[in-house]
Amino acid sequence: MQKVNVPGSLTAEDRDRMAQVGIDLAMTSRCGSYLQLNQDVAHATCSESGIEVMSIADALERYPELEKNYWKVVSRDKDDMTKHVAAQKEPRGYVIIGRKGSKNILPIQACLYLGKEQIQSVHNIIIAEEDAELHIVSGCASARHVGKGGAHYGISEFYVGKNAKISFTMIHTWGEEIEVYPRSAALLEEGATFLSNYVCMQPVKKVQMYPTATLAGERSVARFSSVVIASPGSSMDLGSRAILAAKGASAELITRAITRGGTIISRGEIQGKVDGTRGHLECKGLILKDGLIHAIPEIHGEVVGTELSHEAAVGKIAQEEIEYLMARGLSEEEATATIIRGFLDVKIQGLPDALQQQIDAAIDTAESGF
Amino acid sequence: MFPRGQYNPGTAMLDVKDLHVEVGGKKILHDINLQIGEGETHVLMGPNGSGKSTLLMTIMGFSGFTVTQGSIRFKGKDVTGLPVNERAKMGMGIMFQRPPTISGLKLGKLLTAASGETKEEIETYAKAVNMERFLERDINKGFSGGEIKRSEILQLSVQHPDFVMLDEPESGVDLENISLIGTTIGKLLDKDKHIVHRKKSGLIITHTGFILDYIDTNQGHMMCDGMIKCHGAAREMLKEIRERGYKECMECRK
Repeated sequence: MQKVNVPGSLTAEDRDRMAQVGIDLAMTSRCGSYLQLNQDVAHATCSESGIEVMSIADALERYPELEKNYWKVVSRDKDDMTKHVAAQKEPRGYVIIGRKGSKNILPIQACLYLGKEQIQSVHNIIIAEEDAELHIVSGCASARHVGKGGAHYGISEFYVGKNAKISFTMIHTWGEEIEVYPRSAALLEEGATFLSNYVCMQPVKKVQMYPTATLAGERSVARFSSVVIASPGSSMDLGSRAILAAKGASAELITRAITRGGTIISRGEIQGKVDGTRGHLECKGLILKDGLIHAIPEIHGEVVGTELSHEAAVGKIAQEEIEYLMARGLSEEEATATIIRGFLDVKIQGLPDALQQQIDAAIDTAESGF
Repeated sequence: MFPRGQYNPGTAMLDVKDLHVEVGGKKILHDINLQIGEGETHVLMGPNGSGKSTLLMTIMGFSGFTVTQGSIRFKGKDVTGLPVNERAKMGMGIMFQRPPTISGLKLGKLLTAASGETKEEIETYAKAVNMERFLERDINKGFSGGEIKRSEILQLSVQHPDFVMLDEPESGVDLENISLIGTTIGKLLDKDKHIVHRKKSGLIITHTGFILDYIDTNQGHMMCDGMIKCHGAAREMLKEIRERGYKECMECRK
């Protein structure tokens, strides 16, 4: 596999920050890669047959039919962020297309790196055609020095075809002054599976997002998992929504949130629109230092045959659990860290090992300092 | 009903003197005196609510069990004010009757953290108590009564404590598993070694006495209303309780 063609301007620190969000510049365990530094596309490639990775500018030129997937599940005038991205003369971002029946075992990586005080705008389109399976890790990071005014606006449109599957794992390592506004939506056809995972263990000024999956096809499945820690000064307003619009559709929305003094608003909504649908929403929060965890789970059932549930709990680590581990010889600090690590452990069904390991590694970066 | 046992502990493993304990501001234990020598296993009996579990929890040092008077010495050192983990490091171990579930923490990971043993060694220990299939499971999550006991015994096995406290090790265990648990506890207590080589000590709470089929015991202690009322041979004391209940013990004003 060809290594990522890394611009000479990248420092060792930049590379470290990229590694933290799962970017493997040596490409030892990746089949494809997209790298964007600020507004410059540095690299777009994929070695897996049947899977294409390209910049959105190239893709729109090469495939006029992409028009039907461009600003369709996310609308241009949704808010100021989408308007800003839509107003770009030269769109930036990537397109990944898994052609019919294609499959990648090694994930594709997409790295969006911010090294300047500017708004990075990105528009991504990810398409899995019938029976295709796509696994993507999206690492978003900024250089440590980027201060006020650094922002990232990211539009992502997902189209999961009949019996196709997309797993999208987003890992964030932003700076304390950076604002981040992902705008994502997914459309699922019959038998489709969409796994969306979000991990943010590092400080950020503000993240606000509310990705939505519309389960339009029968027996389609959506699973959102978020694992986040809010440090003092960080504000995270995170939601996910599943619209169950076809028979047999099901969704699961899982959040593990820890505040060390920052603010987390954990929203979630499942709409049961037709008979034979199921959905579950779960938010567990740990308050390690005074801050805010505000869970707003919503379930919205419209018909007799929809089954929706939610559970939310916020609290501290039980003393009983700490002492249980202390009785086995662990110090109070070790016991606390071990319990927190367990709390954050979310195993995602259907995710390749390489990605689960990436998520575990990202969570491990936060292990120090509890 | 029994004469107060006169015995002369050898090298003292545990020495509890004049211990008074409060829980939530309420006096629970009064004037407890208990000595357990090296290589000895003692049995604690008494009706529900008499304070047996409280004594074990206090010896281990859990929060909420406040020592208002007296002392606990372990291996010659006063441990009354020491945190739980330091007592564990000194060689105390306890089997929990109702351990908490910890989501996301795999049993195998805890065993590694508690022992520093290799994966292979841990698997060997786990196989000995038929728990090898549980190493990748969240600790205690969905475990049956018997599985919890086996998991607790497994944790103690890798911890190699010199002094083990067991709170009703046979409760909730089916007949098939009781011999497995009994013999494993026997090994924990060096019961497979000749008496002169026995170094490990134990304190066991039991109602049924089934566990005594697997473990030789040195002494029994009867607890009522937060006091140790009398000492004697464990098997004899249990036989009496089976025949006559605790009524006479409760009335005993010796």
